[in-house]
Amino acid sequence: MANVSIIPSGDFKTSYGTDTTIFPTRTSRNFAILGVVLLLACPAFMDRYWLSLLIQIGYLGIAALGLNILVGFTGQISIGHSAFFGFGAFASAWLNNRWGVPVALAIPLAGVLTTGVGLIFGVPAARLKGLYLAIATLAAQYILQDFFGRADWFTGGSAGTIAEPLTVFGFAFDTDERYFYVVLVAMVVMYILGTNLMRTRDGRALVAVRDHYLSAEIMGINLTKYRTMSFGISAFYAGIGGALYAHYLQFVSVENFTILFSIQFLGMIIIGGLGSIMGTLMGTAFMVLLPELMQALSKMVSGTAIDVALNLRENIAFLREMSVGIVIILFLVFEPDGLAHRWKQIKAYWKLYPFSH
Amino acid sequence: MSGAPVATHRGSAQPAPGNMESSAQAETIFEARGVNLRFGGVQALTDVSFGIRKGELFSIIGPNGAGKTSMVNCISGRYKPTDGKVYFKGRDVTGMTPNHRASLGIGRTFQNLALFGHMTVLDNIMVGRHHLLKNNFLTGSLYWLTGARKEELAHRREVEEIIDFLEIQHVRKATAGTLSYGLRKRVELARAIALKPDLILLDEPMAGMNLEEKEDMARYIVDLNEEFGMTVVMIEHDMGVVMDISHRVMVLEFGKKIAEGKPEEVLANPRVRRAYLGEDDEEEAAPAANSVRKEVA
Repeated sequence: MANVSIIPSGDFKTSYGTDTTIFPTRTSRNFAILGVVLLLACPAFMDRYWLSLLIQIGYLGIAALGLNILVGFTGQISIGHSAFFGFGAFASAWLNNRWGVPVALAIPLAGVLTTGVGLIFGVPAARLKGLYLAIATLAAQYILQDFFGRADWFTGGSAGTIAEPLTVFGFAFDTDERYFYVVLVAMVVMYILGTNLMRTRDGRALVAVRDHYLSAEIMGINLTKYRTMSFGISAFYAGIGGALYAHYLQFVSVENFTILFSIQFLGMIIIGGLGSIMGTLMGTAFMVLLPELMQALSKMVSGTAIDVALNLRENIAFLREMSVGIVIILFLVFEPDGLAHRWKQIKAYWKLYPFSH
Repeated sequence: MSGAPVATHRGSAQPAPGNMESSAQAETIFEARGVNLRFGGVQALTDVSFGIRKGELFSIIGPNGAGKTSMVNCISGRYKPTDGKVYFKGRDVTGMTPNHRASLGIGRTFQNLALFGHMTVLDNIMVGRHHLLKNNFLTGSLYWLTGARKEELAHRREVEEIIDFLEIQHVRKATAGTLSYGLRKRVELARAIALKPDLILLDEPMAGMNLEEKEDMARYIVDLNEEFGMTVVMIEHDMGVVMDISHRVMVLEFGKKIAEGKPEEVLANPRVRRAYLGEDDEEEAAPAANSVRKEVA
């Protein structure tokens, strides 16, 4: 029974409205609000390095949510997500530099442009499945990467491109403390949009396509449309995430958007939980903080026999990469439903104690 | 077979004789004209023509591999006939995709369970409302601002009525994949009803059920037909149920139609007996029909 959502006794739903809220109970909603309030206070006491990590979790989390909608909810596969992320970054910078679009407008517009690109690469998805689709998206990754390298007018070529900081009414969000709020607001908004999508008509249609496409079609769902649209939506989130990244670093370089980065996105949603919105955020946080954890661990063992044997000082970067791979494998074996599932079980255990099993 | 229907506690399931007469004049909602279906060298259907009248409970029976499910697939659009045409509400739908046909008013259930296993029962049924809902990716994401919430809740209310009708309130929040077989069949029926179809296709709705579940299911089907006014096409192997609740029956054998008519006429047809029902010894031939009924009664 650990998988059933547990509602405290006495919490009666008396309308369909109260039964379709984002958070199942008042407590869970209040905790989420408390979480956001605590985050709002973060820049006051956190040092710049930790803030930069939180900002990273923010924009990567938005892009990862897009990938989770595509992979977790629609059951498609994409190993070209970082290319869409990169396209969003370049598009936003280009709109601002070339056409003078204010950054506040360029970010959502970059999302829209990336949606268009995603839809184009989504067309084969309507017909391909599994391994074949994976290869088709791999092609998307390389085509876009090549495009970034050659399209000087768009990306600045190998030199990269400058992205102006976000400025609203003369107030520039050019420091980590300031930009943190931009990313926080964007993240909350995008996650609410994603949650709403998944509880309405088209979100359900996506899941239906994943679970049983034949009966989805009988239920009146146009498979081609929804498979393609899923790519579009996923690209939209990637584009927004990429644009936020561009205006945070204020410089976009061509080399960043590699296949390794795409795999990292996949790692985030696998660790967080495929088909879980909260899980996406947990997975992203996990992936961003994992290297920090490794760093802390290596500090702890420095000077000991392990340190000497592994030659940590020289191999630390190397070991970090390996740890990511190992963690993904461990999750696939022991917790394929990800952190979100584990979290649910912990909650159920705690609520049912001492009668849980 | 002129005798009065065997009295059972499923009494309401008996079609009133007057009902059948009136449906005889009713308009045709679906028509198949010379449908042929070939898979390579396999001839699944050969020149099958029939009409289904509006408001009728029409059963398709026949031995395994006779082409019953293939015929239903031709109606729902999963297969396109190699030759021949199918008409729905007077419109040629032969080349139409299943999702388009769903929006025209054809709903169905599957022989093998085809629920969305990871969704809740409620969401499964809400998927059935797909073609009736208007909100899309954009308006759905903006939920409160675009009226999507209001629309969803209005449809939720209607879905709850279907849930009440099929008595699955206790599992509405359960994940569909975790339910028992009988309940899953019921959820699948609920999902098909949620489409608000004019023509509902039920592919072996009672397969693998015990007597009690069968009785419940028969009652739901009759209610669908009589109260909701849906035209029902049913494939079923349980002759007792088929003969009890159908208005008309079509018999297929090796992809060919061998009989069509009222249940008693079909039962009396020697060819049907030979192909499917099984022949009795000479002296038992006359009350054979009744003995079939008693099996489930």
